[in-house]
Amino acid sequence: MNCLLCHSPYNPITNWRQLLFLEDPDVLCPRCRGSFKLIDGRLCEICGRLLEEAAPSLCADCLRWQEDEQWGRVLVKNRSVYTYNDWMKDVIALWKFRGDYVIVEAFRHPFARAFAEHFGRGWHVVPIPLSPERLCERGFNQAEALACLLPFPSFPWLARRHSEKQSKKSRRERMETDNPFFLPGHPPLAGKRIVLIDDIYTTGITVRHAARVLLGAGAAEVGALTLVRA
Amino acid sequence: MNVSPLLSFLQGFRLPREQLPFSENEIEDALRAGWLGEQPGLTRTPRSWRCMRCGNDDPLRFASFPCARCGKNCVYCRKCLSMGRISACTRLAHVSLPLPFERHEAPLAWQGELSPAQAEAAMAVQQAVLDSRELIVWAVCGAGKTEILFPAIAAALEKGWRVCLATPRTDVVRELAPRFRQAFPRVPLAVWHGGSDERGRIASLVLSTTHQLLRAYRVFDVMIVDEVDAFPYSVEPMLEYAVSQARKEQASLIYLTATPSRAWQRDIARGKRQAAVIPARYHGRPLPVPAFEWCGNWRKQLERGRLPENVLSWVLHRLEQRKQAFLFVPHIDELEAVTRILQRVDSRIVGVHAEAPDRAEHVQAFRDGRVPLLVTTTILERGVTVPNIDVAVLGAEDRIFTESALVQIAGRVGRSAAFPDGDVRFFHHGKTQEMVRARRHIIRMNEEARKRGLLRT
Repeated sequence: MNCLLCHSPYNPITNWRQLLFLEDPDVLCPRCRGSFKLIDGRLCEICGRLLEEAAPSLCADCLRWQEDEQWGRVLVKNRSVYTYNDWMKDVIALWKFRGDYVIVEAFRHPFARAFAEHFGRGWHVVPIPLSPERLCERGFNQAEALACLLPFPSFPWLARRHSEKQSKKSRRERMETDNPFFLPGHPPLAGKRIVLIDDIYTTGITVRHAARVLLGAGAAEVGALTLVRA
Repeated sequence: MNVSPLLSFLQGFRLPREQLPFSENEIEDALRAGWLGEQPGLTRTPRSWRCMRCGNDDPLRFASFPCARCGKNCVYCRKCLSMGRISACTRLAHVSLPLPFERHEAPLAWQGELSPAQAEAAMAVQQAVLDSRELIVWAVCGAGKTEILFPAIAAALEKGWRVCLATPRTDVVRELAPRFRQAFPRVPLAVWHGGSDERGRIASLVLSTTHQLLRAYRVFDVMIVDEVDAFPYSVEPMLEYAVSQARKEQASLIYLTATPSRAWQRDIARGKRQAAVIPARYHGRPLPVPAFEWCGNWRKQLERGRLPENVLSWVLHRLEQRKQAFLFVPHIDELEAVTRILQRVDSRIVGVHAEAPDRAEHVQAFRDGRVPLLVTTTILERGVTVPNIDVAVLGAEDRIFTESALVQIAGRVGRSAAFPDGDVRFFHHGKTQEMVRARRHIIRMNEEARKRGLLRT
């Protein structure tokens, strides 16, 4: 087999279990797989970032969120699969910006495992949408691609207005911009637990904007599962 | 007549429609008027697909995605993504009107002198260009290939022809640009590489990397392909395809190579392809011939954190003599292991692979003499003509070391006139055909040079 990322040949069978139980072999070679760093250890209860052993249970950013009357408790929790190391930056650039869609396959098992561990049945999967303009430019929505990895249906309940690219703004600016999300119809949200799917959690403003729209329409609680915690 | 901005933007190129900064209306009008042509981005082949931009037809290098543009599951090319994705619903646009041309009188300002071997080849290149033919310039590493081209390029520019020199490597383009500017000071020159803002400009003289050349379409009258010292890039079919698309159909085609493929060597021997062979270096001393040395199961030794004894003593000997050296290994994993071991011997030793981000720094340190030995997986820039060095290959039996790779590796040694000799050593765990062919190749070139009286005695 050839590695999905570096294209070099490798032996995908690493142990007997795999052969006996016909588990899907990894699509990445060991070197590429090993370059991703899973988030593992003590986490901030809300945003899911890795904490020092002695630190309090919320990180400084989340404390700030919780103190805010408007934004506190909008998001019950975010969990991310990987840290945002240099390798991940390159892979995300290739996947999302160059548009190499198939790379999403490399995340299938870790992403589905994280969903089962932190959320699971009973949560409704809602991918963070792109604006129609951005969707056309990019050709696909990376959050939908991630949502498709999960063994549950996903619900396209949210829509998004066009605004400037998020990555060009500071946290302050992001906080203050108008909420780009809206509900195009009247989805049956009352009393539902929603898990938002996105590629990167940076400041958390995107998922909180989306969460507020959903809570305003009757959702019981909103969490987020993101591929990367920046 | 007003020239349409779309025409002047696109002329000479072939680009995906969505990369054109013009409205749908303007594009549709141009299509109706007939001077704008369109082609599908991908076409079907019996086995899979072919990308019309980069020529990729390897089924493993295609994938599909739910495309928001066409609403279907759309196949795309994974090979040339860095230039913007080409998928099954992409349309490539080009201008079908010929570009205006400009003649340059006596464009060549270069006043240097060619060696007898160079002069002979230069004549052959010029004739091939004037006759719009194909010619291979088979010149040993260190023959001085660039100057050979000058008379031919000058002749083409006088006729108002557009000339392109293409190479797989950005650093070669960067290095050649000032030399061409000096040689042709009054001729508009455009340098195309990933970081250059001239890459959207057609000029009388263009220096381009493979990727940037993929954008050009039916625009050059003279196409020169320089794959000098290109290992590990030399077997890149993408360059071949880019060249075939960027040249006009009747354009002359000049290949510069130190190591033609075996098929080409056969064709040359049988007279099926024409070649100008330069078997001697400009300084007139023979090429150093590689010596083979068995080193046992060196991979196993590496696992135990050791180097084979003869390899280690080769390295120690260079360190003692204060002679700089390259040590080539097949892969990155081995590079890391070997570097770790050698750094225990001398902490200044570094390892550099082709994609290493700090590559340039380490190379500079080597050039400055601050690094006594460089462990590497690839030929570095061709500018790395460190005057007095030795070269060894560890694991010369590995598949990656083809005849041409090994010839080019050996070609690092003895390039300067002041130090025309040096040691080339292939450490192996079982001699291969490719190693034997590489040595034979070098010996044959030396013999030919001797026969033609090109060696200084």
